[in-house]
This record gives sequence, structure tokens and C-alpha cells, in this order.
Amino acid sequence: MEERPDDRPDLPPHLRPEAREDGRGLWPVRIEDATLSAGGRRLLDGLSFALPAGGVTALMGPNGAGKSLALRMLAGLIRPDSGAVRWGAGETPIKGAVALVFQRPVLLRRSTAGNIDHALAIAGVPRRERAARRAGLLALAGLERLADRPARALSGGEAQRLALARALAARPRLLLLDEPTASLDPAAVAAIEDLARRIVAGGATVLLVTHDAGQARRLADRALFMHAGRIVEDAPAARLLAAPRSPQAQAYLAGRLLV
Amino acid sequence: MNFNRALLAAALIAGPAFSASAQDFILVQSTTSTANSGLFDHILPQFTEKTGTEVRVVAVGTGQAIKNAMNCDGDVLLVHSRAREDAFVAEGFAPRRYDVMYNDFVMVGPEADPAEISGMTDAAAALNRIAEAEAPFASRGDDSGTHGKEKSLWKAAGVDQAAASGRWYRETGSGMGATINAAVGMGAYTLTDRATWSSYGAKGDYEIVVEGDPALFNPYGVMLVSADKCPSVKTALGQEFIDWLVGSEGQAAIASFQIGGEQQFFPSAAEEKVGG
Amino acid sequence: MNDGASAFATALALIVSGDPEFLGIVGLSLGVTLTAVLISCVVGMPLGALLAVARFPGRGALVVAFNALMGLPPVVVGLLVYLALSRSGPLGALGLLYTPAAMVIAQTILVTPIVAALTRQAVADLNAEYDEYLRALGADRVETIGTLLWDARFSLATAALAGFGRASAEVGAVMIVGGNIAHVTRVMTTTIALETSRGELALALGLGIVLLAISLGVNAAVMGVRTQAERVGHA
Repeated sequence: MEERPDDRPDLPPHLRPEAREDGRGLWPVRIEDATLSAGGRRLLDGLSFALPAGGVTALMGPNGAGKSLALRMLAGLIRPDSGAVRWGAGETPIKGAVALVFQRPVLLRRSTAGNIDHALAIAGVPRRERAARRAGLLALAGLERLADRPARALSGGEAQRLALARALAARPRLLLLDEPTASLDPAAVAAIEDLARRIVAGGATVLLVTHDAGQARRLADRALFMHAGRIVEDAPAARLLAAPRSPQAQAYLAGRLLV
Repeated sequence: MNFNRALLAAALIAGPAFSASAQDFILVQSTTSTANSGLFDHILPQFTEKTGTEVRVVAVGTGQAIKNAMNCDGDVLLVHSRAREDAFVAEGFAPRRYDVMYNDFVMVGPEADPAEISGMTDAAAALNRIAEAEAPFASRGDDSGTHGKEKSLWKAAGVDQAAASGRWYRETGSGMGATINAAVGMGAYTLTDRATWSSYGAKGDYEIVVEGDPALFNPYGVMLVSADKCPSVKTALGQEFIDWLVGSEGQAAIASFQIGGEQQFFPSAAEEKVGG
Repeated sequence: MNDGASAFATALALIVSGDPEFLGIVGLSLGVTLTAVLISCVVGMPLGALLAVARFPGRGALVVAFNALMGLPPVVVGLLVYLALSRSGPLGALGLLYTPAAMVIAQTILVTPIVAALTRQAVADLNAEYDEYLRALGADRVETIGTLLWDARFSLATAALAGFGRASAEVGAVMIVGGNIAHVTRVMTTTIALETSRGELALALGLGIVLLAISLGVNAAVMGVRTQAERVGHA
């Protein structure tokens, strides 16, 4: 059974995004006219969009539109064939400033607490501060009682809550969520959304890939609609979801298949 | 990491096995016949008790023993291949050679005796019959002293045994014991020193078929590796060992070594002692 | 031939007797082999992990080379180490030939490629799963290798055991560089070879049984630790 951490406290200050200035800034994070091909197929075709600081942006679109690729570019994992990805004035992300949560969480072969400790260590958190940070993250995700459990024995919802909490170890300012609630039951989805809301309230900027229009409506204030490797509509979330203007978004939201 | 810790613990426990004895030691390059027969086990403790010097023996074929000594990996060389011993001295690797003892070679074979050589005392003639009968013969084939003796016997017999290699002439390329093992396994005759044969534990139906030929005489020589060639040699300790070995105590110790109530090695240094 | 039957009796008698010479041989065998395996793990595991995660020119050739070195004949290694440690060799001045240290060196050379190759395989498999996560975290090369080695620790225990198996069963290399000197460099395998050449087949076989029992014991102990650790938490 999923535990809904409804009565959990707001994000404590020491888990909130940390401003690490290195002179380049971070905002806006943006992709400029990016193309990417693989195996003779064009996956991204002139993709451009920018994320200013603050708020939740939903990135929507059919399977194969290139949403996950866009996320991986923003995390600095892949580079476009042409075009550019920029973080403020920088051409690489500042370490720890951007965090990525995968659709299927990659959990280390360690305990729940061990997974968080590992992320804290990589983030360079001094040893003496780790216990307090770990306790805060476990409480935030409602995983205190599962701290010593092997992470890979957690349920789907628990695993995704751990992945989210772990992503906060470095106190990122931009959180990239790739379908974090796909294949979860309704209670688990609610727990994740609640967690996401508290993270946003703590000051983080979120880019959320989702197929769930209801989820986008509940969480996002801006929506991007992607099709065939580019953005075809960029609008306030409520408006795009209620009255899409592009034919691709109209077809998608009406449940018609679109390739 | 638990596993590494366990390894470390095991290594520490086993550590004392590494601690070499503090006392002085010398390294003797010698042959399998002397070591495998148990001769060294019999005589070396007497030397160590008297002098406090430990004697470490590396037992290999005569050919390899001489090469190892030429590489300076030994203080004393004790082998049985007169021609190569003389060459070793002539090339300056040892100041001189000392006679130390002798035993003899014997030919052993299966009870069935397919070449009908049992009881012969002429080794070359016996080999001739083996060749005629094409009865299997196991050779050391390893450039050892015994191998050298065997080749000289074939030559005396006028047999080109190498031409039969792989058919009835089988070269094991192994030590004496391993070659006897192989011979017993395939019903072959073989040439062995008497001491190794006497102490060999798995004779089966094998027995000595040829013995007593003067050509089967097997003298052992001992040499101190030259410090001129090998500065690392422990000259004083090595010479002390050789002096003991060719002296009355060492010679008596060699004479007293028996297997099955039979003396195996016969001291041969006495006359030389008087002479030199 | 009743050598087989009497071998078991001999093995049992050896173990029960507690003969100090026998125990010395067993102790030296374990000491040499475990030390060699330990050094091989310290060197081979990070090396294998590096080969699994790093991309550099010649990496493929190195991987092939390590896989091929797994099949290196012990006698060849023994010969190479002998030539290096011989008084007339480049490292002769160290005076290591015919000592346990020389045997450790030879076995380390034999075992390290096995540990490195098996580690590379285990870590490469795990890295396929962890790669994006660790890169997204911003882990550097050392942190990445450390994470992968720790999380592959159960596979690595198997790699270490494979190395232990090769080293403890090996006779060719330790015979050449150790010299099989009684009470100094005589270990179980060289004793078995010696007793075989003496025709003491029952004794040789008995020693073989003891060696097998020790090998079984070490394997069981490591597998026990592994199963226990997996149950306790880190599946």
C-alpha cells in the first residue's frame, strides 16, 4: 500500500534549491534549433524552447516525439547534431544544478538510505551534514520506515519517491521529470504529485514530461506540445489543455493516434 | 568490504609461513635423483646441526641445474654428468670439481620382459635387443644426467633410437619419477638411477632387468659456484658445505643412507682427499 | 590398484595428525595464494572497471589482451618471472628467487588478468544500467568506478574466487620460481608433484583431496558471506 505523505511538512530550507553562482548563471535554460538523427531517422528537427526560472512546465506529445531526448539534452547527457543547448551563459550544466528523474528509476544495489547517501556524497555534501540531509529527504518522501530496506525491493511508488528525494540531494534548481508516474496506481500518483508540489513550493523549477492531461492541468502552469522533434504549441497549460490550437495537439488530446 | 577484510585476515594468519628462518642458508642446485631418493633428508640435518647453516635444495634435471647455476641462482652445484661438469669448470663457473659419491644406473622393465633382456649385464647389448624387438622404451628426454647417460648407451649399442621417437622410443620430457610412472603405465623399459628406483613407491610388477655393467657407473660431482662469475655466491658457507660433504663426516653420512636395508650411494671422495 | 581408497585414508590421517610439516605446507600454500589473490584484486578490479567505463584508443585491444592472458600457461609465467628474478636477471639484486615472495609475484601475474577480465564484464553489465544516472549526477571517473565496484561486489567475489581457484591449483609457476625447497617454498601443489614423481601415489592423491577440501572451504565461506550479505539488505 502506498502511504500518502499528505501531512508532511513543507520543504525545509536545507533541502531547497541552492544558488550556486559561477558567473554564468543558469537561466534561461534553453535548446536552440537542435537536430538529432540516429539510424537514418531524424529524431529532433529544429527543436527550440527556453525555460525561465520558476514554475512547472509540462512537456507533452505522442510517443516518439522526442520528449525524453529533450530532457536528456537539458541534463547534459547528450548533445545535438546541430544547434545548441545552453544553461545561462554556459555550454555545460553547473554540477548539481540540474537533476533528472527517469521514468524507470535507476536504483543502486544498496539500501534506501544508501541510495540517498550516495547521491549526497557525489553532490559533495560534507560527511557531517549527510545524516541530517538524509533524514530530511527520507521524511520528505515518507520513506523513514523503509530506510534500511534494499532499494530494489521497494514498490513502484516507493521507488519513484526515493528517486525524487534522491534527485534533491544536490539541491538542484531545475528538476527534469520523465513520466514519473507512468505505470503507478492512483494513490502512488497522488503521492508523487504531492511531493512535486512541495518541491516546487520550495523554489525549484520543474520540467515534467507526461501523457496525463489531468496531471498536467493539476501541476503545470505552462505546457509545451511536441511533435516530430519540434515544439508545435507553447501556451499556458490551462488554455492548451482546454482549447489546443495546433492540429497535432487537438488530435492528441482527442485520443486520436498521431505519428 | 567484508570479502577483502576476510582475505586480509587470511593473509595475516598465514603470514608467519613467510617468515624465513633467520639463520644462514646456502642454495644447492641438484638433481631429482638425490632429492627424490631421500638422501638429502638423511644427510643435511647432520650438517645443519653441526654448523647452523641451512641447506636449501632445488631439485631439477642436471641440465637445468647447471643452467640455473650459470645464472648465479645457486651457491653449490651437485650433479651427475661428468662431461658437462668439466665444461662448467673449464668455463670458469667453478674453481674445481670434487668427486663426492657414486651409485649406478639400472634398467627396469615389466615382468613379462618382451625383449628378453632380464639378467643381462651388458647394457648396450640389452638396448640392441629392445630396438630389435621394438619393445617400448621410456626416455627422460629432458637433457638430464640420466638422459645423457642413456644417449651414450644407445650410441655404444649402435642404435639410432631418435629415429624411433614416437613409436617404441618415447621421450617423456619429465623427471626420473615421472618417467618411471610413465614407463610402468605403458609397459616400457627405462633407465633409472638405483636410488630413485629403490625409493620409488609404485613399482607394480616392475623389476631390475639389467645391472652391473661398468658403463652404468654413475658418479656425482660437487662444485662451488665461482664468485668471479657470480658475486652473490656465499663462498665461505658453500665451501664449508663442500668440505663437510667430501670430509669424513659427510662421506660417512652418505654411506649410512639406506633404502630397504640397502646402501644407495657410495662415497668416492676419500682417495681424492688423500691426494689433494 | 587400491591407491584411490588409501588416498582417502591418507588424506584423513594427514588432517587428523596435525603434523607440523604438513600444516606448514598448507599454511604456506594459503599464504602465497591469498596474498597473490589480494594483490590481484587491488590491482585488477579498478583496472577492469576502468576498462569497462573508459573510452580511449587501444581499449579494445587491451580487453582482448586481458582475455587472452587468462589462458597464459603457468609455466610460461614461471619462466618469465624466473628470468626476471634470477641473479643474472634485471631484478636479481633483490634476491627474491626461491622465496615465497617470488611465488606471490608469479601467481599475481597469473591471477590479475582473470580478476580484471571478470571485473570488466561484471562492471560493464552494471554500467549499462547505471551510466545515465551517474552521468546525470555529475559523478567523476573515480566516483563512477567506486560506485560500480561496490554495487558489483557480489559478482566481484566470484571473480576473486576464480582467481583463487587458478592460483591454488597452479604448480608450474611456483615450481620454477619457488624451487620446491623443503620448509621454504614447498606448497601443496609442488608437494603433490614431488610425491607423484616418487611414486607415492596415495600420498599425492591424499594431498590432492586436502587441497580440494581447502578450496571447497574457501568457496563455501565466500558464498556464505555473499548469501548472508544479500539477505541482509542489498539485493
